[in-house]
Amino acid sequence: MTDASAQPQTSKHSGSLLEQDARTRRRNAKEARFKAYGIAAILVGVLALIVLLWAILSNGLPAFQRAIVQVDMTVTQEEFDAAEGTLFKTKEYEKLFVTALSSQMMAAGIDANFEGKALERLLGKVGGTIRAYYRENPDQIGEVVTFDLAAASRIDRYLKGSLKREDIGPDNRFIQPEDFDVADAMREAGLLKQVFDWNFITGVDTGVDNPGGAGIGASVLGSFFMMIVVLFLALPIGVAASIYLEEFAPKNRFTDFIEVNISNLAAVPSIVFGILGLAVFIQFMHLPQSAPLVGGLVLTLMTLPTIIISTRASLKAVPPSIRDAALGVGASKMQSVFHHVLPLAAPGILTGTIIGLAQALGETAPLLLIGMVGFVARYPDTFLGGLEGPNSAMPAQIYNWAARSDPVFTEKAWGGIIILLVFLLAMNIIAIILRRRFERRW
Amino acid sequence: MLDDQQLVDRKVQSKEAKIAARGVNVHYGVTHAIKDVDVDIDHKTVTAFIGPSGCGKSTFLRCINRMNDTIDVARVTGDILIDNENIYDKKVDPVQLRAKVGMVFQKPNPFPKSIYDNIAYGPRIHGLAKSKADLDEIVEKSLRRGAIWDEVKDRLNAPGTGLSGGQQQRLCIARAVATEPEVLLMDEPCSALDPIATAQVEELIDELRQNYSVVIVTHSMQQAARVSQKTAFFHLGTLVEFGETGQIFTNPQDERTESYITGRIG
Repeated sequence: MTDASAQPQTSKHSGSLLEQDARTRRRNAKEARFKAYGIAAILVGVLALIVLLWAILSNGLPAFQRAIVQVDMTVTQEEFDAAEGTLFKTKEYEKLFVTALSSQMMAAGIDANFEGKALERLLGKVGGTIRAYYRENPDQIGEVVTFDLAAASRIDRYLKGSLKREDIGPDNRFIQPEDFDVADAMREAGLLKQVFDWNFITGVDTGVDNPGGAGIGASVLGSFFMMIVVLFLALPIGVAASIYLEEFAPKNRFTDFIEVNISNLAAVPSIVFGILGLAVFIQFMHLPQSAPLVGGLVLTLMTLPTIIISTRASLKAVPPSIRDAALGVGASKMQSVFHHVLPLAAPGILTGTIIGLAQALGETAPLLLIGMVGFVARYPDTFLGGLEGPNSAMPAQIYNWAARSDPVFTEKAWGGIIILLVFLLAMNIIAIILRRRFERRW
Repeated sequence: MLDDQQLVDRKVQSKEAKIAARGVNVHYGVTHAIKDVDVDIDHKTVTAFIGPSGCGKSTFLRCINRMNDTIDVARVTGDILIDNENIYDKKVDPVQLRAKVGMVFQKPNPFPKSIYDNIAYGPRIHGLAKSKADLDEIVEKSLRRGAIWDEVKDRLNAPGTGLSGGQQQRLCIARAVATEPEVLLMDEPCSALDPIATAQVEELIDELRQNYSVVIVTHSMQQAARVSQKTAFFHLGTLVEFGETGQIFTNPQDERTESYITGRIG
């Protein structure tokens, strides 16, 4: 026999399988530790998410509610004519309103004597609103009309709990301690209540004199127009570029160079795209400032690399056997791509596009540079006006509100974040649904 | 165990060369994959390419319908003539060529579409059917030729990817014959199939011989002996021996062929 058998060999695995040796114990301990680290990391992430959501919801949800005073009043033709005949017309309407309010409060068993100042502290100047209503709807004269009038922002905050009675000194000129008693009484009588604030979703930005009336609607529209521009530019350009690079382009140094640069472009900070847009689109091409069109162009540049990278990845994921099969039956390169490869890559392309759009939707920095942070107090009139007229966008509007001093605007900023997140969430859900629906197996 | 008598019976009747390759060389980058191959492939004949892995038989097969064009680094020199026309001529469009030279791949690769659309795709893009009825007829005829009609006639709208492996491969063969090619290339068509499906496909290949010249690459020498009339043995990129299947398997001229057939190399 050979030399090897001369020396008795002891097996390395001589121990019993029923007990673990030291090495196995160490390995198992290592694995257990690693799992614990992983769970801890997930817990930290979940905790951060919970804190974030709690902060956003607790601060932002009140923005969706507002306090209104609901009063039924009837103005007769004589009263209308008399009021229109005086010099201070709104004052007359205010008097009529006070009479109506007082009688309703009396009916509810509340004894409150209103003077003009108290009314102004609670409701602001209501005469103008009421006069405008009757001038526009003369047929309502003599009928019972229910007015929903926005309560003053301090009453609003008092009802939401963010303004306490103790915070107000007796020399405050906006609100007096006894106003709280009136507000409480009106609330009990059902005259003062909190309702869902549609105006926050549909309205436009307002100045500091009316923070409660500010809405995010116009900026939603601005964001929408930007997304249209991005979708109609970035999707075709991005998909065409990726199909060419992935399926047709020869693999040489030049295409390698392009590929590296696309990846680099994806990592460029968005503010750089903003200043590029300012220099090229506004200063060189003289496109209008603050326009969603320019915002969309800048965001297109920013979104393109994302779309190209995800499209190329999903094209790569289509098995080569499908291309072979198509070429094998005599399809041209283009037929094989458009008939077979592209449909299979579509879910990935759509997902990448929607993720890119969602990223663009939340982008703020480039918008600051091209002037989309202005004060936008009206909706665009036409589609073209929506594209090239000045507007803001959701994140820019949120930034704008957060920078204002009135706490009501801060609350609006939090509310705006909720709306922005709802849009992002909706887009991501659409991406998931599209992926599920179009996904095919091979 | 091959029966000599049977092999002699299968001698080729047709003598016209369908495909003639002259001095074909293929380079993959710096690798010289095919070295100076000359071969004549007869019409209405099954020709088998055998040889150890990496010997270049699949590469050579892919030269016949210019599938190597799709690989950037592949470079083909030499001439391959089909019906006396050089397919590597500059004027030849590979797409048109591939309609004439069909191909079946190693792994069944039906399109992720319905069985009907799998077959109808080729005729559609080549404009072979004038009407829906025409197309229906082509689909049925092709599926019958693929020996799969009876299994799928009731579910033509079911996805082709839902069939079993053997059925998928027969579907791919039916898809290849739907465009009415004259040459059918098969790259190890049975390597992913079980013995029963393999037997069905082999039977099918024998029937296809009536209309096409079939070139089949196979790892299984038994398969080559069962289905082919001519056999070419490739080794390290060169064509070592080419001749009647019976002669290659019973009386090889080259000792490398003999070594491979008897299992000493490969």
